[in-house]
Amino acid sequence: MTKQKLVLIGNGMAGVRCIEEIIKLEPDMFEIAIFGSEPHPNYDRIQLSKVLQGDTSIKDITINDWEWYEKNQILLYPGETVVSIQADEQFIITSKGRQVQYDKLIIATGSLPIMLPIPGADKEGITAFRDIKDCEKMLEYSKSHKKAAVIGGGLLGLEAARGLLNLGMEVSVIHLGDCLMERQLDKTAGQMLQKELEQQGMNFYLEKQTKEIFGGEKVEGLRFSDGEEIAADLVVMAVGIRPNIQLAKDSGIPVNRGILVNDWLETEVPNVYAVGECAEHREIVYGLVAPLYEQGKVLAKRICGQEASPYTGSTVSTKLKVSGVDVFSAGDIFGNEQVKTMMAYDDYSRTYKKILIKDGKMIGAVLFGDTSEGNRLLALIKKGADILEYTESGKSEQTGGSLVASMADEEIICGCNGVTKGAIVNAIQTQGLTTVEQVKGCTSASRSCGGCKSLVADLLEYTLGDQYNSTEQKEPICSCTTLSRDEVIQEIRDKGLTHTREVMNVLGWETEDGCSKCRPALNYYLGMMNPVRYKDERDSRFVNERLHANIQKDGTYSVVPRMYGGVTNVDELRRIADVAEKYDVPLIKLTGGQRIDLVGVKKEDLPKVWSELDMPSGYAYGKSLRTVKTCVGESFCRFGTQDSITMGIRMEKKFERISTPHKVKMAVSACPRNCAESGIKDLGVVGVDGAWEIYVGGNGGTHLRAGDLFCKVKTQEEVLEMTGAYLQYYRETAHYLERTSKWVERLGLDHIKSVLADKETRDSLNERLDEALSVLNDPWQEAIKSGEIQRELYETVKVPVDMKRGG
Amino acid sequence: MEAIRYRIKVGALNEIPEKLGKTVKIGAHEIAIFRLANGEIRAIENRCPHKGGVLAEGMVSGEHVFCPMHDWKINLKDGKVQAPDIGCVKTYKTELQDGEVIVIL
Repeated sequence: MTKQKLVLIGNGMAGVRCIEEIIKLEPDMFEIAIFGSEPHPNYDRIQLSKVLQGDTSIKDITINDWEWYEKNQILLYPGETVVSIQADEQFIITSKGRQVQYDKLIIATGSLPIMLPIPGADKEGITAFRDIKDCEKMLEYSKSHKKAAVIGGGLLGLEAARGLLNLGMEVSVIHLGDCLMERQLDKTAGQMLQKELEQQGMNFYLEKQTKEIFGGEKVEGLRFSDGEEIAADLVVMAVGIRPNIQLAKDSGIPVNRGILVNDWLETEVPNVYAVGECAEHREIVYGLVAPLYEQGKVLAKRICGQEASPYTGSTVSTKLKVSGVDVFSAGDIFGNEQVKTMMAYDDYSRTYKKILIKDGKMIGAVLFGDTSEGNRLLALIKKGADILEYTESGKSEQTGGSLVASMADEEIICGCNGVTKGAIVNAIQTQGLTTVEQVKGCTSASRSCGGCKSLVADLLEYTLGDQYNSTEQKEPICSCTTLSRDEVIQEIRDKGLTHTREVMNVLGWETEDGCSKCRPALNYYLGMMNPVRYKDERDSRFVNERLHANIQKDGTYSVVPRMYGGVTNVDELRRIADVAEKYDVPLIKLTGGQRIDLVGVKKEDLPKVWSELDMPSGYAYGKSLRTVKTCVGESFCRFGTQDSITMGIRMEKKFERISTPHKVKMAVSACPRNCAESGIKDLGVVGVDGAWEIYVGGNGGTHLRAGDLFCKVKTQEEVLEMTGAYLQYYRETAHYLERTSKWVERLGLDHIKSVLADKETRDSLNERLDEALSVLNDPWQEAIKSGEIQRELYETVKVPVDMKRGG
Repeated sequence: MEAIRYRIKVGALNEIPEKLGKTVKIGAHEIAIFRLANGEIRAIENRCPHKGGVLAEGMVSGEHVFCPMHDWKINLKDGKVQAPDIGCVKTYKTELQDGEVIVIL
């Protein structure tokens, strides 16, 4: 039997998902061709905001790579647009003049961003936020420009704004309405969101209509209808999308707002179907991925000639997470007189919940701050549950397990990837899956936004019963083992393991000798738990920490001697100058941490350089305290309210050399002008009149993060006490290579605050820290004094060229 | 034609620290010598095929060394770069003679 010809117009998420379903049902029924205007394989458009936020690369968001098309014998025409459908004779024509016959045709052309037709909209520096190209443009602009304006305060606009903020731009959001995300949020939640985002640094211009974009060839700013102007180098239009229906319309396929389809996704033209954002079903055009996947399933069955229940529409839900702000909305959230609401507003912890009830049934919900109930609410709203079911279950503390038990097999668990409960349970049973990661790998559930992870875990528990082990769900520390960091630490404690090799043997490592991930991690954990007796394994250290210098790309090293608090003197400077001259140091550079870096020192010269410098190691190479940056402070500065230099030096002298999960930077400023940049340090101290403020979790590097105010204390001693306890708590609970900025977010600032609020806890943390500090010595001195260390680590064997002829 | 082979003494075995590399310069050759956990000696060219990282400073695990620059994993026996990266490093034969390590060039 010859195969039927199936053509898909549009290489996006909805269309390709439908093809995946078709291949699953009937792998040999069709010869498939896909046309896509973008030059990429199918990627996850939802994740573009993550690419923009810098967490993810474009490669990571590809759903179907080139191989997938090849493996399934699909002819993909990337960068080729279909320009005409000849429905009478059943063929299409492309931008390259290609004519392709079809038996079945699926239109999945998605939508187009709406570009406001205002004066100046054709200037350079204006973009939409819809595809990879737009994303690349924004990334490019952020490198050389400062000010961004985002028109549109909806979901898309806010994600773009957050991304641009992460890229270091100043961001203004212009919104026509008086409230953000008004399609998904009510006024209360919208205002809470605005407040939160303002704290993150976004500027908002609400109830403003952009009338004109001004500038020369390039954008210079926006003018609103009330005459107000703001400056901008980059303008992102995120005012909405419209279904891309031009092709269908030109080809005589009936359209309204979208391409009209019935419950089987059939257009009014025989053998032509439409799915996704371009389709209009029962007067609704969907713009979120879950409904589109539901449509794709129905269409796949229809095209394969299998029986399917009709598509009757979807309940939509939205989850937004931008930098710590969790927002959820599902169903009808506006209501009218007949609709009653249940509300809980917590001003202190900044959470808000609203449930809308009509005739006793749940019809919609909004969550702000805490969205853990989102999936459960969505499931209840979808089935139109009685509100009593929700309130009663709350009383009896219904677990997630009984919720998933009550779900029907065809209910969707993962909205992003359209994975049903039945599919997950089946995969768990037939393929022996035991972890969320495995379910993710086999079924794609929770592969995209991850919001359904807890439901997947519940399903595992529900399906496996006693065999399910929730502790297995943790991330293993590397591919040599299946154990997580916490499990390894527990085992080390329980079994009293004392060196890395023993940990690997006893805990059944899959490799004989570990790898570059687990070895340094184990070495750190062992040392942290048993600082006095554990002998540091230098062969489990990265080169920089083994040689106590930073390796450069040409194999030379850089040397940074310690200058406490960034303070030096004539003697030190003279010695540094002499050493630099004597050893031909090619580059002398000031570091960002207020010290001097001698770059390009030969390995074999290191011990001599250190000896002649006669200064302690600055640990510029270490996962350890780097510097304590200070400002001039009250003794010289006319604004200073505290002695920041003394404070900084005391901190640096106390905590230097301690090993930590990742590098730790500190700073002390003498007033809120913050000249020492205390707000972007792992721990930053700011002097105010009569007190010190301590900020934590700041980061000025890859993942820019402003520190959170941790506490306010009166004396220098208290600063040292709090810093010590905080540092030790980080040492004991963080994953190896986890910076404090990530650690604070993982544990939660409030949790850390509550732990350290207890004086006894602080004291015992400080005791353990002092114990660890007590055994540390300056590593440069150790190397200078030990011929063995010098021979083993720093010597290079040189054999003269006129080599002996062996025999 | 018989190739000319040089046998070069590079030092005593007990002077090479276990699981660490040693840089050896022989004329224009720069070689990284390793003493593995099982006591065997390996010698490879001291340049990672990726960006020229000095492999002698890498972390040694079993039969592999991890380049200190960008963590490429290289097999010390055949010099092959491990997936997902690709490439190859020159390897040298070694011998032990009266406690001395000999590299054959």
